[in-house]
Amino acid sequence: MTVPIVRTRQLHLQIGNRVLCDQLNLSVTAGQRLAVLGQNGSGKTTLLHALLKLGPTDEDRIEIDGRPLSSWSRAELAKRVGILFQDSHDDMPATVQETVMLGRLPHLPAWRWESEQDLALAEQALKTVGLEQLARRDVGSLSGGERQRLAIASLLTQAPTLYLLDEPSNHLDISFQIKTLSLLSDTVKRDNGALIMATHDINLAARFCDQVLLLHGGGAYTLGAQADVLTDTILSDAYDCDIRHVNTDCGRFFYPGDKL
Amino acid sequence: MSVPDYCRTTGAALQEQQSAVSPLRQYMLLSALTVLLVISVLLALSSGSVSVPLSSVWQQLHNPTPGIEQQILWDLRLPRAMAALVTGGLLALSGVIMQVLLRNPLADPYILGVSGGAAVGALAVILLGVASIWITQAAFAGALLSVFVVFGLAGRQQWSATRLLLTGVVVSAGWGAVINVMLTTSNGNNVQSMLFWLMGDLSQSRTGSWHFVLLLAGLLLMLSQARALNALARGELVAAALGVNVPRLKLILYFTAAMLTATAVTVAGSVGFVGLVIPHMLRLLGARDHRWLLPCSVLLGSSFLLLADTLARTIVAPQQLPVGVLTAMIGVPAFLFILHRGARLP
Repeated sequence: MTVPIVRTRQLHLQIGNRVLCDQLNLSVTAGQRLAVLGQNGSGKTTLLHALLKLGPTDEDRIEIDGRPLSSWSRAELAKRVGILFQDSHDDMPATVQETVMLGRLPHLPAWRWESEQDLALAEQALKTVGLEQLARRDVGSLSGGERQRLAIASLLTQAPTLYLLDEPSNHLDISFQIKTLSLLSDTVKRDNGALIMATHDINLAARFCDQVLLLHGGGAYTLGAQADVLTDTILSDAYDCDIRHVNTDCGRFFYPGDKL
Repeated sequence: MSVPDYCRTTGAALQEQQSAVSPLRQYMLLSALTVLLVISVLLALSSGSVSVPLSSVWQQLHNPTPGIEQQILWDLRLPRAMAALVTGGLLALSGVIMQVLLRNPLADPYILGVSGGAAVGALAVILLGVASIWITQAAFAGALLSVFVVFGLAGRQQWSATRLLLTGVVVSAGWGAVINVMLTTSNGNNVQSMLFWLMGDLSQSRTGSWHFVLLLAGLLLMLSQARALNALARGELVAAALGVNVPRLKLILYFTAAMLTATAVTVAGSVGFVGLVIPHMLRLLGARDHRWLLPCSVLLGSSFLLLADTLARTIVAPQQLPVGVLTAMIGVPAFLFILHRGARLP
């Protein structure tokens, strides 16, 4: 039996007194893509951060490649797991090129400079997101969409096995949303990686993910194959809003109904 | 490391692009700054109320022959030049560290109240009439006390950049009040020697080889963390996600910057402007990667303070101005010029 890339055993997450998920048993194997859905504040981001030791959590209840998270050093983890954050910070000046090269940091010893292969990865990543012409621009001068594309390029340069994406469609036009998620989805399938994506966009989840984790708030959740979880009834209940779907030639399309 | 197929192309294009913006330009910058430092040292040695020609400077350094020139060079100018060189380097290095630690372009080495703490330590010794040999030690102890007070009040390792910044500002204000009380209650004779600690002055400064060792050790330590600093500049979460042990790095940065600043303050008092402006000047000149920014800052900081002190000694000779006045007089227009030019770059 293959070892899952990520597994949680009875994971409990809470912030203050607010329980986000309780007794969560999750397993994502090679090639799989999981969407994490739920209302604002339901714990999607907290869960992604927990998987990368970025927030307080019981690290013995999370396993990466069959090893408890507590046994992974941060440097070791960064070679294996990469994250796309919701927001980026540019208080200090840096060019697009310098920022994208940061993705190679986990793979290089402290005193070694980037090799030609590292440069090739960065170059290709910038091309992939269409930023190669802006390599010399300061990050502070980029638009919101360009910054998001830069963050994606940086993640591609990091080349992890497990991709954690927090609202990957933020600031992206519809074309880049589809291109980016298609690329990441294909990469994960081809390289036997895995992808966990926290999103508000049910349709992107339906289109690009095999599994869905729906957080209901208060610790309850629904987890399963996307066809089983993404139903009008379950979604309407989770979002406290009338949600319906139509079948299109690209799959199911969800939309809000008129009942509030 | 597994390289995805879509990335299996050559890095030639980016290498070419990089060479246009970084390595070559950075090497040139580093070389130019090294030359500038040599020129600054020679200028500092030859200029003054008694001018010593460069040829004599060279000869006296290689083969000292007793006389007035030897005395001026070896007893007066060389120690002072070395003090300026090491202080400028320490402050600029500390400035880079504080700016990335706080991710605030307005952060400078004194943000942790180090200069206030040092001044209070020194003034206390002066007021108590303790032997002057203890003044430096007292200043150093005062500086470290401030560092630990700010560290404790800001929440030890749990600080946020804003919290650390605010704590530093408030503790500095506290030291300011204590200094004012000391100045108003002391007699007139003490005020002159107290001003050294408040304004920054190199006329009495002396350095030992340990100052240089500390500067070099600080630089090497920071260079070993340079890529982690690049990541930290983009935020603590980003750095942590890229494998950086952020709490440990922050501790290293905090105490390294504190030690460097405390040492600089005990050599030259509170010299303003160097730590704040030198890193910005270099970033505007293209040295944003800390692997370049750190050594460039040390070189430019040293040259800058050497030149400022040379001018302070000569501009109204035989009178001498406090070097802090000159750092501002040179730094303000130079910085504004580069800022203005930088704003028009693509």
